Amino acid sequence: MTTTEVENFPGFTDGIQGPELMEAMRAQAERFGARIIYDDATCLALTESTKVIETSSSGTFQARAVILAMGSAYRKLGLPEEARLSGHGLSWCATCDGFFFRDREIAVIGGGDSAMEEALFLTRFAAKVTLVHRRGEFRASRIMAERALADPKIDVVWNSEVAAILGEANVTGLRLRDTVTGTERVLDVAGTFVAIGHDPRSELVADQVSTDAEGYVIVAHPTTRTNVAGVFAAGDLVDHNYRQAITAAGTGCASALDAQHYLSTLDLPTQIESPTLEVSA
Amino acid sequence: MSITPVTDATFVSEVLESELPVVVDIWAAWCGPCKAIAPILEHLAAEYAGRVKIVKIDADANPETVTTAGVTSIPTLSFYRDGERVDMLIGAHPKPSIAAKIDGLLA
Repeated sequence: MTTTEVENFPGFTDGIQGPELMEAMRAQAERFGARIIYDDATCLALTESTKVIETSSSGTFQARAVILAMGSAYRKLGLPEEARLSGHGLSWCATCDGFFFRDREIAVIGGGDSAMEEALFLTRFAAKVTLVHRRGEFRASRIMAERALADPKIDVVWNSEVAAILGEANVTGLRLRDTVTGTERVLDVAGTFVAIGHDPRSELVADQVSTDAEGYVIVAHPTTRTNVAGVFAAGDLVDHNYRQAITAAGTGCASALDAQHYLSTLDLPTQIESPTLEVSA
Repeated sequence: MSITPVTDATFVSEVLESELPVVVDIWAAWCGPCKAIAPILEHLAAEYAGRVKIVKIDADANPETVTTAGVTSIPTLSFYRDGERVDMLIGAHPKPSIAAKIDGLLA
């Protein structure tokens, strides 16, 4: 959803805006009778044959089959001041917020492709971009790393992690700790963009559905079945590797077919509809 | 009820001098999450019609209001009552969270 331009979705020669693609998918699903409820699922009971989903303000739903597609969330730094300064100079979305840091100095935390992309994008606005990475080399692909290193507006601080984000009402700087020597220093910045990866949003179901060490829901490849009968999972909640809109859409289709097949095997009275509910937490 | 666009020029009359409490959505064309919450705000504008005014400000075209509001992240919703900002909600939040903030504004 935070992706602005989707360049690699098949069928869109010139790319498509992420929100437009979502809107088209929503309209298409509704054309086939899907009912979409915009709410947070707050509690799921999945292990019985009838699954129960509670939402924060739209009531409780029951279903024979559930497809989990909660996606992933930006990984946080894990600092106590993070919540307070989010939106006040601390951001996870360069395309959204870079604009507000015109001619200011900013930092990007991370060493992967997305950190390089954010840093390069932010040079359009910022006076200077400092990439802060906790290791001595980037994890990013060589082409992206070289592009960032060659940019005159981008500086790199190697072997450094963020010990604290400084500032009361707004971010004023970062306290950086050298991961080799342990020495600390302050980097003055007006904005900080965090690009240290994603985590699957499986907290809500992790006590009922098998997940791996990193929290990704485990499915019986090549199907989308989880270890719980009638519960399927798709998209970034499952996917370590590809994380593309099209791969997520592909597993979404597979999970719908898997759920449909599962429902057809149940001994249900034919006159009762068995809706499949997709939960987006 | 649709969402009125407000500019630097009309901010005082439309927001600060409004009889009704006002929700101000600061957005921009290049902000994906802003587009995601736009239909939610349309729904809320209809549901709260006559009780709350919901307006939007294009950050690109209205730097003065954005700077004054101290906004560095969008979408940002600001909640105004009697000419003063009494609450803020930064980021794309689900409808119930936004509705709860509006209820707070009316309380």
